[in-house]
Amino acid sequence: MSRLKTLVNGIIKGNPTFVLVLGMCPTLGTSTSAINGMSMGLATTFVLMLSNLVISLVAGLVPSKVRIPAFVVVIAVFVTVVQLVMQAYVPALYQTLGLFIPLIVVNCIVLGRAEAFASKNNPFDSFLDGLGSGLGFTLSLTVLGTVRELLGSGSLFGIKIIPGDAILVFILAPGAFIALGYLMVLFNKLKKA
Amino acid sequence: MARESNFKNMFLCLLIICFGGSALLGGVYLITYEPIVAAQAARVNQALGGVLPQFDNMPAEEAYQVEADGKKMTVYPGTLNGELTGVAVEATTTKGFGGQIKVMVGFLPDGTINNTAIISHTETPGLGDKIDPRKSNFSLQFNQKNPESFRLAVKKDGGQVDAITAATISSRAFCDVLELAYKAFRQSIQKEGGDQ
Amino acid sequence: MDKLLVSPAPHLHSKENTRRIMRDVIIALMPSVLVSVYFAGLSALLVIVVSVAGCVLLEHLIVRYLMKKKTTVHDLSAVVTGLILAVNLPVSSPWWMVLIGCVAAIGIAKMTFGGLGHNLFNPALVGRVFLLISFPVQMTNWSLNNSIFRPDTWELPKGLLGAQGQLLDATSGATPLGIIKEGLANGLTMETLSQQHDFSYWQMLFGHIDGSLGEASALAVLLGFAYLLLRKVIKPLIPVAILVTVAVFSGILWLLDPTMNADPLFHLLTGGLLLGAVFMATDYTTSPMSPLGMLIYGMGIGVMTMIIRVWGSYPEGVSFAILFMNALTPLLNKIKPIPYRKEVSLG
Repeated sequence: MSRLKTLVNGIIKGNPTFVLVLGMCPTLGTSTSAINGMSMGLATTFVLMLSNLVISLVAGLVPSKVRIPAFVVVIAVFVTVVQLVMQAYVPALYQTLGLFIPLIVVNCIVLGRAEAFASKNNPFDSFLDGLGSGLGFTLSLTVLGTVRELLGSGSLFGIKIIPGDAILVFILAPGAFIALGYLMVLFNKLKKA
Repeated sequence: MARESNFKNMFLCLLIICFGGSALLGGVYLITYEPIVAAQAARVNQALGGVLPQFDNMPAEEAYQVEADGKKMTVYPGTLNGELTGVAVEATTTKGFGGQIKVMVGFLPDGTINNTAIISHTETPGLGDKIDPRKSNFSLQFNQKNPESFRLAVKKDGGQVDAITAATISSRAFCDVLELAYKAFRQSIQKEGGDQ
Repeated sequence: MDKLLVSPAPHLHSKENTRRIMRDVIIALMPSVLVSVYFAGLSALLVIVVSVAGCVLLEHLIVRYLMKKKTTVHDLSAVVTGLILAVNLPVSSPWWMVLIGCVAAIGIAKMTFGGLGHNLFNPALVGRVFLLISFPVQMTNWSLNNSIFRPDTWELPKGLLGAQGQLLDATSGATPLGIIKEGLANGLTMETLSQQHDFSYWQMLFGHIDGSLGEASALAVLLGFAYLLLRKVIKPLIPVAILVTVAVFSGILWLLDPTMNADPLFHLLTGGLLLGAVFMATDYTTSPMSPLGMLIYGMGIGVMTMIIRVWGSYPEGVSFAILFMNALTPLLNKIKPIPYRKEVSLG
């Protein structure tokens, strides 16, 4: 598999949200606005890249029976790093994303890529795979966040563009499901074309 | 590929990974410790600066605890040239529609509400979150009102507060938290008066 | 792989049959529609026209251009959806809000699932709940409107309508259910509440003006119910199960503590209970087929409605209750009639 293919795979063909339908909890929970979705996506991307890199480095040394606990510890370390850094330098964002940051640990995408790709490939490819999947996740969260923010509060990246009342339901949980469903339809239709 | 899964290998492998992980985390913690404390202090100071009238002391360092209605609240006195100019109370209620609402309320020495700031809340976006002054001017109606004469209850309950449309519960919770803060303020004033 | 097969039974087959049924439902809705127009005037008519036209047009466009099939609007089901959506909305609903409701009803709830016979949830109710969550201010502020048909309302101030755009309001026309919910939450008793507000059962039966269009008169709904029964369009089991459950549930609460609970008649006559029980819970596609299923379904709606009314944060729960039981319908349809089996010896 060529390097470029590894990178692009996670963005389109194996898009974590729209195609693999993984990591639904942070997807639905944090996409209330474009900026929240994007930040969550980038935080996950960071964890994915580094955990993929480290896991592919140590995979050969880890006995297979303790594979999962070892991977989870590695992932948890990077998530905590992200959490501390966000708390220190972007406290406002940390307040909004709150609980979802520590929850990156149990995001299926991260463990999924570690298990399916990083443990079997060389460090550089694993890094690229993490970057690709992370960007795919970021892309879908940003798109979903944009749609929900536009419909639900009439604004885009925090700037109000539609005056008056917006369709509140899109900011709330049911709207997340509705918007995600239609975006999936659209994405898969475009992908086929 | 992987090592044999015997006890020694598994034990060593996890031990090393945990050690490595903790070392890394320890390092990051040390680096971020000060910025985190500073960020949290900045949050409190920003809220204090918004709700207190002019002051030249460090209210966050002179803060003390007061108990009212069985709840502990933090009180931040603000002074200018040693003279008390206002008192900020950090109060919390759990009566919000979405749970906890944490508010910083600034009182003038005579008990008049100077300004309020929301520290955290989980009210419904677009409805209850209008208690936040950035979302609507609901909370501004309390400014320059003295709870001594101004009844802190929504009009539906016989008070003088205009509730947020379709978010009576959030409005009530906000009144509730102000009432609580006012009680804490009375206690702190008594205490200050006793000290002098 | 790409196909998601959801096909809840029953599927209606004969086009002519569907059309006849839908026509009967439309006729049965007419008393409610007329009463609401009488009480609320032209603004009620506007809501109805926008809603019906919106639903029909939307279905036509989706079927014709998105699904590229022959249009299905002449089966009249979109008209019924539009009418039911309209009677679920407050008179003061602005036209754009009604249209968003049509999109939710036809676009999301009906056509996404494949059109008539395939939808899991009652489209009109999805439209209503979508709007209720999205525009709680507009959806719960029932304004007392001037009606050109009623000279006694000409003097009514239009002021209540102005409350819409404002963030703060002092007055809003609350429904009787809303009033008791607020009042009881504040420690008042039923007795003082009914002294303060004139809850006339007579008015609820014949017509009053606070509520959505179709909540105006219980009698009009009952007239429609009688017509549907007469034409054998619906079976009485579901509505009766709902009403009896609500009556029993509220009756028990009332007997336990009459000061803190409204009496059963109040619960039966107020809000959208009758409307929901007759027109929305009986929707063929989204209700169970077997008598036992219908019974469980109806009782479930009754219990859910009362739970939401008494302990929930919304004053009215009929629409949520029906949607909830809609979701259980595929499961309830698994209840098969016990086959009549008898050992027969052929000898």
